[in-house]
Amino acid sequence: MTVRKLIGILVLLFPVAVTAQVLDIEVTGIAQPTPVAVVPFGWEGETPDMPFDVAKVITDDLKRSGRFAPIAEEKMLQKPTDGADIDFQDWSFVGVEAVVVGKVTQTGANAYELRFWLFDVFGRKQLFGYRMPASRGTMRIAAHRAADMIYEKLTGIKGVFGTKVAYVTAKRQGEGQLYSLIVSDYDGENDYTIMESNDPIMSPAWSPDSRQLAYVSFEDNKSSIFVQTLRTGNRFQVSSKPGINGAPSFSPDGRKLVVTLGGVDGNLDIHVLDINTRRTTRLTTSRSIDTEGTWSPDGRYIYFTSDRSGGPQIYRVRATGGTPERVTYEGSYNARPRLSPDGKKLAMLHNDRGNYRIAVMNLDRKDLLVLSTGRQDESPSFAPNSDILIYATRQGRDGVLETVSADGLIRQKMASGAGGDVREPVWSPFPRF
Amino acid sequence: MMSYFKLFALAALALLLAGCSSSPNVPDPEPTDTTYGDEMGGASTDGMDGESYGGGEYLDDPSAGELATVIHFDFDSSEVRAEDQDIVSRHAMQLGDNPNSRVRLEGHADERGSREYNIGLGERRAQAVRQMLMIQGVSAAQISTVSFGEERPVAFGSSEEDYAQNRRVEFKYTN
Repeated sequence: MTVRKLIGILVLLFPVAVTAQVLDIEVTGIAQPTPVAVVPFGWEGETPDMPFDVAKVITDDLKRSGRFAPIAEEKMLQKPTDGADIDFQDWSFVGVEAVVVGKVTQTGANAYELRFWLFDVFGRKQLFGYRMPASRGTMRIAAHRAADMIYEKLTGIKGVFGTKVAYVTAKRQGEGQLYSLIVSDYDGENDYTIMESNDPIMSPAWSPDSRQLAYVSFEDNKSSIFVQTLRTGNRFQVSSKPGINGAPSFSPDGRKLVVTLGGVDGNLDIHVLDINTRRTTRLTTSRSIDTEGTWSPDGRYIYFTSDRSGGPQIYRVRATGGTPERVTYEGSYNARPRLSPDGKKLAMLHNDRGNYRIAVMNLDRKDLLVLSTGRQDESPSFAPNSDILIYATRQGRDGVLETVSADGLIRQKMASGAGGDVREPVWSPFPRF
Repeated sequence: MMSYFKLFALAALALLLAGCSSSPNVPDPEPTDTTYGDEMGGASTDGMDGESYGGGEYLDDPSAGELATVIHFDFDSSEVRAEDQDIVSRHAMQLGDNPNSRVRLEGHADERGSREYNIGLGERRAQAVRQMLMIQGVSAAQISTVSFGEERPVAFGSSEEDYAQNRRVEFKYTN
């Protein structure tokens, strides 16, 4: 694809740090966002105004990706709402490389049709056109889905605009704190509190089908692991043994959890818990702290943190059991492993000269790339496209969320309407349509 | 029964005070045990022996007043500090005197590093105190542990002093 190639060329042409003109996005390193245009969508329906601004969602999505710089509406020489009306000369003149036009048509009381087209300005051709149904309630989802399709066509990378993020917040309240487990759209919109407690909530983890979250709750001053179904709000306790019950993470088939159990003597070890039978299988036996287990996407290995060699380092063991092997050697502190969904990269919390930062190791080359710049960053989680990570960083006293591209070039803060101290973000799998 | 616990704790204390402060490890309980030769005797000791160790009052005396319910730890350490070992021993005595009382040891870590790993560090601290209590005769059934890691700070700043306050074990009596 020409635009993708162009991005590559631009990266080569601008070896100096460039700051994007766009608010809220801090482009670091050498990436230069590609200028594009998303023309305000046309509207055909009963009401004078469109019930939902689809073009704005697409514009914001592309902007937030950091790879595109949608131009302002005032700069557009024409505002076609149908693919047939586009004039490549005009768009080439304003310097954009791709144009999105579209319209929303009302087809029933609460039924709409969304049509849009994507054009390559240099190539002077339509890349694709698409139409999809929507209701008032699903218009935002439809718009994100349109943005995903556009993004993938232009970059070759699957978009994550239709995904969700779960995170925990803590707010001071009297003597104690109020802890909330929140699920929002990937951009922080539509945040919804699925669980609230005066006792800590920790370690949310998505099921592979995005329908459930596992988490740790300290209700009644003991730790327990719960699995909660998002749609119904129903939850069931899956582990509440004496001592520590922590760090749940779903197996790729969604049937098991890897968990940390401590027992009365407090020896933290990695166990696999069958969600249906509640039967547990112990995978590690070291006297050290073994915790933060996570499955490799192929289900063969469980990566975990262990301080058996002194400080915390990342190890892996076969999911069926065996002798653990050490994975990280660089630096004195490597913890909280998370694998990219494509299985190629390992994200971790890495102590970088006294600062706790997010680093990614390429599992083939074994090289470590430090991606974040804070002093106390934590909890890296890959987007389902393996191209972006979300993590928590500090802004003053409070935790806030940040995303960074896996190459470290694009970093941005995520606004959270929730407020308080925000921590432990986890990115959902791709939605299923 | 009660006097046995007292004796045990006092003997352990005496050992501690006798210069164990330089040694980071919990004192080995064996020597105190051998003081009372007959194996069954320990549990059924009569009041006499207890009286003869009445000097234990002296340890309860210090101006400390109310028994502290929080002890603090050094960075990356789960060792009970020498100056806090007296506090742990007094809790051991209290628990020994009241076999029906129950204590929950809540371990905590400072905010640096990974959250679940910090749960492990907090648990290590709670377990270090638990072991100390058990060595001094407290029954395992009287003790439970929980680690809150960095999730329940008492100091909300990010200075070394804040961190030092947050690295702690709290004694919570539940009965």
